[in-house]
Amino acid sequence: MAIFIDESTRLLVQGITGRDGSFHTRQMMDYGTNVVGGVTPGKGGQRFEGPSGKGCPIFDTVRQGVQATGANASIIYVPPAFAADAIMEAAEAGIPFIVAITEGVPVLDMTRVYPYVVEHGARLLGPNCPGLLAPGRSKVGIMPGNIALQGNVGVVSRSGTLTYEVVYQLTRADIGQSTCVGIGGDPIVGTNFIDCLAAFQADPDTRAIVMIGEIGGTDEQKAAEFIKANVSKPVVGFIAGQTAPPGRRMGHAGAIISGSAGTAAEKIQAFQDNGIQVMKRPSDVVPLIREVI
Amino acid sequence: MNIHEYQAKEILRAHGVPVPPGEVATTAQEAQRIAAGFGGAVVVKAQVHAGGRGKAGGVKLARDAAEAKERAGAILGMKIKGLTVQKVLITPAEEIASEAYVGVIVDRASKSPVFMVSRQGGIDIEEVAASNPDAIQKLAVDARYGLLPFQAYWLATQLYDGIAQQRACARILRQLHEAFVASGASLAEINPLITTPAGELKAIDAKINIDDNELDRRPEIEALRDTSAEPESETIAREAGLTFIQLEGNIGAVVNGAGLAMATMDLIKFYGGEPANFLDIGGSSNPEKVVNALRIITGDPRVKVICFNIFGGITRCDDVANGIVEATKRIAIRVPLVIRLTGTNEEKALEILNAAGYSATTSMDEVVQRAVELANPSAGA
Repeated sequence: MAIFIDESTRLLVQGITGRDGSFHTRQMMDYGTNVVGGVTPGKGGQRFEGPSGKGCPIFDTVRQGVQATGANASIIYVPPAFAADAIMEAAEAGIPFIVAITEGVPVLDMTRVYPYVVEHGARLLGPNCPGLLAPGRSKVGIMPGNIALQGNVGVVSRSGTLTYEVVYQLTRADIGQSTCVGIGGDPIVGTNFIDCLAAFQADPDTRAIVMIGEIGGTDEQKAAEFIKANVSKPVVGFIAGQTAPPGRRMGHAGAIISGSAGTAAEKIQAFQDNGIQVMKRPSDVVPLIREVI
Repeated sequence: MNIHEYQAKEILRAHGVPVPPGEVATTAQEAQRIAAGFGGAVVVKAQVHAGGRGKAGGVKLARDAAEAKERAGAILGMKIKGLTVQKVLITPAEEIASEAYVGVIVDRASKSPVFMVSRQGGIDIEEVAASNPDAIQKLAVDARYGLLPFQAYWLATQLYDGIAQQRACARILRQLHEAFVASGASLAEINPLITTPAGELKAIDAKINIDDNELDRRPEIEALRDTSAEPESETIAREAGLTFIQLEGNIGAVVNGAGLAMATMDLIKFYGGEPANFLDIGGSSNPEKVVNALRIITGDPRVKVICFNIFGGITRCDDVANGIVEATKRIAIRVPLVIRLTGTNEEKALEILNAAGYSATTSMDEVVQRAVELANPSAGA
């Protein structure tokens, strides 16, 4: 098992004919993900050609795609101006799991999208996230598949390339992963650390969890309290941005230290207070995980 | 994006908020002329993208136009948190009976706009939150409906006792919300919202922060950007599609991804070095970005070594390698480069670098340690 996705995932790609959408659809097909269809308005009826004879039909709307293919997950690569609408279109079409890769979605759009998605009973991952990868099973997103290895460590992170770094360190040490999830770095994201921690706790294939946070907000502190109360599996944590100057934007809109809430020191303290082993640097993940599994 | 107080006030004024008049001066003479036009006492306020202007001496009362000239002369050119003051706002001095705070921010926890109001205006809301959190009333708004009239009225009752002022405040709150949405803000606040001895409400100071992701669809807001108010290197970086923040150390860093960039800065510190910058070249694969990154970093004379930490995903390592080689042809790079490349097209990248006489590692620890050694040879790390 893995969290959120597995071999039964039937994926629809919104924005399948775009530059990023087409490239990553081929990568996902190559990895073995069951991509059942794509959506691009005006291109309904055409076919998307993937690698080694694979391919899928293209639809004008998500609703048509769901009706024709029984898709149960969707991934979004549309430009930021259209991302909010694409997410709501997927939710309204009954897609239960929506992954938004798009970077640069205005946060006020997300304040309207989030309650809409919740009311439609869907789970949103992202936006501005790398998606997720269940090594050897399925990949929904943009993580490079070759750096991961199937195994029993769950990885959850707010970052993209920093997640790759940690996964790469684990794989090189022959420590496999159950699922690697990037929740995204924006101030408002659909799925937070706690959602992923709860899912990893319930996943029989996950024996230990790596949680990678960064400065800004209080999600890591809340997650630390959640872990103490609800997670019996060992958790190893890292916080990026220990040397960041206060109040400056560090690429992720979410990484703004506001007042006392959200500094690295505060988050590391919260980890330590709640029994989470803290990595001082990314490569510490290997000895710390070895200690607990 | 930050905008100035006078720009925030213009936005609020356009949405009907009662804001006293004000004009911007860039010279002391101009300040004098504006003050003379208003007549009577004025306030001279530094227009700079930094908090704590008052404490830094950037906000002064002037009794008349001559004094306004003197005050403006002292404030213009002064540095507040490293930023030089190039503009002052001149506004008539107001008599104040009481001060309140009203603001709206995008709140991560409730995933919605949240209004905050307090009877303790005129000081930083962060200070009130720390010293007297009960003095702040909060209200989360469903962004799909906006601030509803009864919600605005409830907030107003938390600040004022008489119906006239409550109604005036509720109207201002709804106008503030309209301005917040229309400008694509992540924060909009009026602090203080004063009550005059005659009982009128007026917005005396205002702050609006814009969500950078809104700028593509709001050219009128992008046009408010004051590039003279930010470090030049940050302007160049933004125009080149890079996220760059100048720091104090001597190790230049070029990284893809914000999280990895922060972790790289942290690792430089871990090994005893000091980062000279935060620089995220982003996810796209464009050799030109690397050339621009190197151009910006080599412009900082403090930089002793440049450390690349690239984990290819969407970014292709060979594009970065090509950018490095291209940059060395176009810019004189007189400091050593240490390079880490892992991921998409890593082998191709190594071939390109080797052919140009560079080597690269696949280990983040190794490349950072090497950079620290080169930056601080005396430390003998």
